[in-house]
Amino acid sequence: MAIEANGKTFETDEEGYLTNLAEWEPAVADAMAAEDDLPLTEEHWEILNFLREYYEEYQIAPAVRVLTKAVGKRLGKEKGNSKYLYALFPYGPGKQACRFAGLPKPTGCI
Amino acid sequence: MSEQIKKFMYVNRRAPYGTIYAWESLEVVLIGAAFDQDVSLAFIDDGVYQLIKGQDTAEVEMKNFSPTYQALGDYDVTKLFVEKESLEERGLTLEDLMPLTYEDEDDDWAEKDSIRLVSRAELADIMDEQDVFFSF
Repeated sequence: MAIEANGKTFETDEEGYLTNLAEWEPAVADAMAAEDDLPLTEEHWEILNFLREYYEEYQIAPAVRVLTKAVGKRLGKEKGNSKYLYALFPYGPGKQACRFAGLPKPTGCI
Repeated sequence: MSEQIKKFMYVNRRAPYGTIYAWESLEVVLIGAAFDQDVSLAFIDDGVYQLIKGQDTAEVEMKNFSPTYQALGDYDVTKLFVEKESLEERGLTLEDLMPLTYEDEDDDWAEKDSIRLVSRAELADIMDEQDVFFSF
């Protein structure tokens, strides 16, 4: 599979996750979001950037409950709950947001 | 529906790179953490090298996954038993290992050490209390 963004082609796996994480650029997230019919707002980007920082630091994509806790700690309690995160990413803050952010499927996501 | 909480211990005996065991173990721990069991990790023999500070895998062309141990606290995995004799036999001390901490929810989120140095005899007693082992 592959996705077109910014005039380039990016290879993805069978679930739509980027094959080469290093290739990621913001246009990839926009293209993936467009396919899901989900225009990205500032609130989405806040989570995507947070996920990329988390991956940079720990080398894993966090499981949903870990993400929820960490978002609450870093971005405030009103955002650190599954209601807020699922409203932003209806297909699951772990799976969908990690995919947009160019991360692998979350470790511990079952 | 009440479910019994079991004591799960993941036993790590091998050096981090060269084989896939250490990384596989860490992934299983992170996945298993979703099941709310009483989880601990034991590092014995060459397994103690998994926690060594300043790992650099550029030469062996494997992913340096040592930063992932720092995430264990977020996954509520807070008991990392390191066998004292295994460290000593390799000329290592606690100072050579990465500082790993967790925030204790029941103690006003105080930061505490996850690594617990135990003797071979103490570890044997801890192992005696476990219900399930995963050996890597």
